[in-house]
Amino acid sequence: MIRSEYLIELAYLVATALFILALKWMSSPSTARRGVRAGELGMVLAIVGTLLHQGIADYRWIAIALVLGTIIGVPLGMVRMTAVPQRTALSHAFGALCVTLVGTAEYYLQAPQVPRFTMAVLGLEVILGSLTFTGSLMAAGKLQELLPQRPITYKRQNLVNLGFLALAIVLAAYLVVNPGQTWLFPVIVVIALVFGVLMIIPIGGADMPTVISLLNSYAGLSAAAMGFVLNSKLLIIAGALDGASGLILSVNMSKAMNRSFTNVLFGAFGQKQAEAAGTQQARPVRSATADEAAAILAAASTVVIVPGYGMAVAQAQHKVRELFDALTRKGVDVKFAIHPVAGRMPGHMNVLLAEADIPYDHLLGMEDINSDFPQTDVALVIGANDVTNPAARNDTSSPIYGMPILDVDKARTVMVIKRGMSPGFAGIDNPLYYLDKTLMLFGDARAFVGAIVRELPGGDHH
Amino acid sequence: MNIDIMTSLYVFMLAAFIGFEVIRRVSPLLHTPLMSLTNALDAIAIVGAIILAGEGKSTLAIVFGTIAIVAAMSNVVGGFVITDRMLRMFKASGARK
Repeated sequence: MIRSEYLIELAYLVATALFILALKWMSSPSTARRGVRAGELGMVLAIVGTLLHQGIADYRWIAIALVLGTIIGVPLGMVRMTAVPQRTALSHAFGALCVTLVGTAEYYLQAPQVPRFTMAVLGLEVILGSLTFTGSLMAAGKLQELLPQRPITYKRQNLVNLGFLALAIVLAAYLVVNPGQTWLFPVIVVIALVFGVLMIIPIGGADMPTVISLLNSYAGLSAAAMGFVLNSKLLIIAGALDGASGLILSVNMSKAMNRSFTNVLFGAFGQKQAEAAGTQQARPVRSATADEAAAILAAASTVVIVPGYGMAVAQAQHKVRELFDALTRKGVDVKFAIHPVAGRMPGHMNVLLAEADIPYDHLLGMEDINSDFPQTDVALVIGANDVTNPAARNDTSSPIYGMPILDVDKARTVMVIKRGMSPGFAGIDNPLYYLDKTLMLFGDARAFVGAIVRELPGGDHH
Repeated sequence: MNIDIMTSLYVFMLAAFIGFEVIRRVSPLLHTPLMSLTNALDAIAIVGAIILAGEGKSTLAIVFGTIAIVAAMSNVVGGFVITDRMLRMFKASGARK
């Protein structure tokens, strides 16, 4: 190696260490921003190191592309917090696009003499890259509501989908043996692109947290595959870290919904929810006004607020913060119970509440808060439904039976803010609403919480 | 099988183990910023794209390499910006204004 190459490799080595530190510092909110700095520094080192590479003959296109990428990147970094899930899906698509393009170009540079291992990894790289590209675009489209959110199913769907994937893999295997058949390469890419679209069609909006995490994992693995092709340890490590992260998050999400990967991917939920919707019947519920709700909250000493995606849709988080402040001033102990699948991606609800200025030490995960419910005076459910459904615990015929839930029904009084009695996202009726201790607060989440804050005895009138 | 491939496989295996161990410890509070951060780090694929576009071994390599840089760079910039924006919002009780 010549001296500059040593320098470049050293820069990569330091960058790798910084990347691992970046993830390590994400363990706590107090060190997390340091993690971002470490990641940025590592990225700058790696890019500058690469630019010093001896083989680079022309910097024009690189410069133009770097500037263009920055111009596109800045607005993507400035989206509103409710739009973070679709932004994330879009960035998985961009990452996968990069990997697929580099893999394709690399194949045509090496063909027809491509070593078998390289060819196999290239095949893996472009299949994963292509299906992640279109799959992520579809996911982003569904999250942005450009595409219908409900799952679209048809006969023999799984068979057709798997057929496409199997075909792509078989063709890639054929290329490993006959790397000179250059016409096959774009065919594989196109099949994988089509598979990516078909894969997401049957998946409904409520399953998006799992799907985004899985696509995150694929994006990472395809980058790691690219590292094998280019013999870049830095890429292999970054890809493996990203792949591991996506995998852990998707396992978390699946567990939180009591479903397996295959169950999420092969859309069994779509059928079950149709059955459940038919079993609805009108049963009496108790309702209350904002005035009454405020009186009950003011008399409580412990309150747990259970926010769901409906709260974010109604843009109620700032009113919820006002309620939190008003109750805290009265000496009421207020906590938030966050189900792992609350929101449209892992951790989404925490970000939305943090944005509303609610201190993170009041945000508790399901495992930490569930033992508190029996000692809780009031559980206030805002825009959440299925994650509070006791049927998941005791009704074996329920489609969500076995799903871990927040034990809201164990609180002394339950209040649920809801527009009407329509069933939730999964179309499943919630027995919680018919309990004697449950008060339904009908109305728009933002307006209702605002009304409660105004009615709180001795509260400040804005 | 040559020695490079074996070394790469070892590197991948070790990195995957480190990834699992480090990421298991990430606070569930921060799972959204975690995903946007890993996304930005994953855009390190930009190094491959830069070499491809810069070496200019074929027109295809230049065109694809250039588009790939744009895609990866937008992830680098967008990913770090949004991660930091999110993390700035997380405040402990004592730190509130």
